[in-house]
Amino acid sequence: MEYEAVIGLEVHVQLLTESKMFCGCSAKFGAEPNTQACPVCLGFPGVLPVLNRKAVEFAIRMALAVEGEVQPFCVFARKSYFYPDLPKGYQISQYELPLCIGGYIEIETDGGKKRVGITRIHLEEDAGKLVHEEAYVEAGTSLFDGNRCGVPLLEIVSEPDIRNPKEAHDYLVRLRQLVMYLGICDGNMEEGSIRCDANVSVRPKGSKELGTKTEVKNMNSFRNVQRALEAEISRQIRVLEAGGKIEQETLLWDPEREVVEPMRSKEFAHDYRYFPDPDLVPLYIENEWIEKVRSELPELPWRRKERFVAELGLPEYDSEVLTSERETADYFEDVVASGVPPKAASNWVMGEVLRVLKEERVGMDAFRKRIGPDRLAELIKLVQAGTVSGSIAKKVFEEMRTDPSSPKEIVEKKGLAQISDEVELSRIVDDVLSEHPQEVERYRAGKVQLLGFFVGQVMKKTRGKANPKLVNRLIREKLG
Amino acid sequence: MAVTLEDVEKVAYLARLKLSGEKGRFISQLNRILDYIAQLEELDTGGVPPTSHVLPLKNVFREDEARPSVPREELMANAPAEHMGYFKVPRAIE
Repeated sequence: MEYEAVIGLEVHVQLLTESKMFCGCSAKFGAEPNTQACPVCLGFPGVLPVLNRKAVEFAIRMALAVEGEVQPFCVFARKSYFYPDLPKGYQISQYELPLCIGGYIEIETDGGKKRVGITRIHLEEDAGKLVHEEAYVEAGTSLFDGNRCGVPLLEIVSEPDIRNPKEAHDYLVRLRQLVMYLGICDGNMEEGSIRCDANVSVRPKGSKELGTKTEVKNMNSFRNVQRALEAEISRQIRVLEAGGKIEQETLLWDPEREVVEPMRSKEFAHDYRYFPDPDLVPLYIENEWIEKVRSELPELPWRRKERFVAELGLPEYDSEVLTSERETADYFEDVVASGVPPKAASNWVMGEVLRVLKEERVGMDAFRKRIGPDRLAELIKLVQAGTVSGSIAKKVFEEMRTDPSSPKEIVEKKGLAQISDEVELSRIVDDVLSEHPQEVERYRAGKVQLLGFFVGQVMKKTRGKANPKLVNRLIREKLG
Repeated sequence: MAVTLEDVEKVAYLARLKLSGEKGRFISQLNRILDYIAQLEELDTGGVPPTSHVLPLKNVFREDEARPSVPREELMANAPAEHMGYFKVPRAIE
């Protein structure tokens, strides 16, 4: 029988605030254990949490970007469970009255664009970190670090609209791109800034009924999400084919062994007894605030992509690459604004600039300080004006990585204005020779005076900028 | 819907309370509380929005500014056990 999967994703996005959600402890990643914790985030008796305004603003930004409905009234709730990563015994979350309901994220599929619906978006606090497996953990114990306790998270719950692991992957890529564009998350998967859980079930293809679902956790990269879902879908199909039944359970993905396994945590009672947190007063989000946030929204990546195609005449592919990160798109547009034709700017940014970012593992912000868009634009203009050839320009670009002078100065300093690029000249020489087969024959027959004729032709083609010594040598070699 | 022994045991488990002989007492006390609450059902609350808070307050915020946290020694002063700057707890996974 043919099966299809039904997948819904719950994505936790760590918000890029300075401080935690309900106290002033730093929310930065990577500090020494328990150095960014206080009585509020560790839930000491008698403390009062106070809501971080920025976290709410970030949530509104996200809600508007996915065209969800920001709720005028929402309430924080306590989700009760006992587990040592959460000293309070409850997590502050939102339950019946989340901050946003509805919305969608659009992905590209083989069958065209597809909207993955968003059920809800709400704010909640992160739990702390437990260390079990390191060598320094004594037998029979776990170690608790409260630095992450209370760090603001946005939980984005999708509708079960996703039909295969590839779509889940693409949805996550879009979501990550969006939160980075909005400046509400750093998108760092290794540090857990985006985490994803999935609800998965399978059913006979074409069936309208839903199968029993399982929850898969611990998929900490896009690749892991896709592989974990593939593994879980085939596991469920195997169980059903063998006449078995799917147990509703929580599974963990083991990326080393590439299997999903029942969670090992002790005593997870799924009875959260949500109730309104009496310590946190209700949140009324007024229209003025929503409209202010809306007016400050950046252009969203897919709109920007469409604009690059429609207004700048770029190919789809270029537009997709350039808009994948906001800083890249900004840089590209600044180059264009300095008077460079869009396609030329696109070629340089997609080629040389992105290559350097990858090579040096630096961000666009750091790169921009070294080679600003105006300086790159000046270089491209030198190419367009014919001052330097394309391949010489790449050499100039290499110099620019360490030399803050203007491209023009570099060209002068290094004497690059003339064409001394052997590969390029060789190509031109070949052209000239193939355009003049009779002269070639006569030269080979002994009329060596024709060398001057060939050099002249190359000079004509390069508007005098070819290195004559090199041209002479190349022609001799090729005809020798 | 009367409270049963199972309910008491479940609630005690969820709250990590170890009960000994007093379970019977809790059954009757919890039932009395529920009976009392049941009186409210005589009222028609169809048009009344659920109350989440009783204080006349809304939208209390702090600005997003980080301040130094409490020194770790103070934070851990009452911890029964610690190790290398971590709180040490009974093993949480099998």
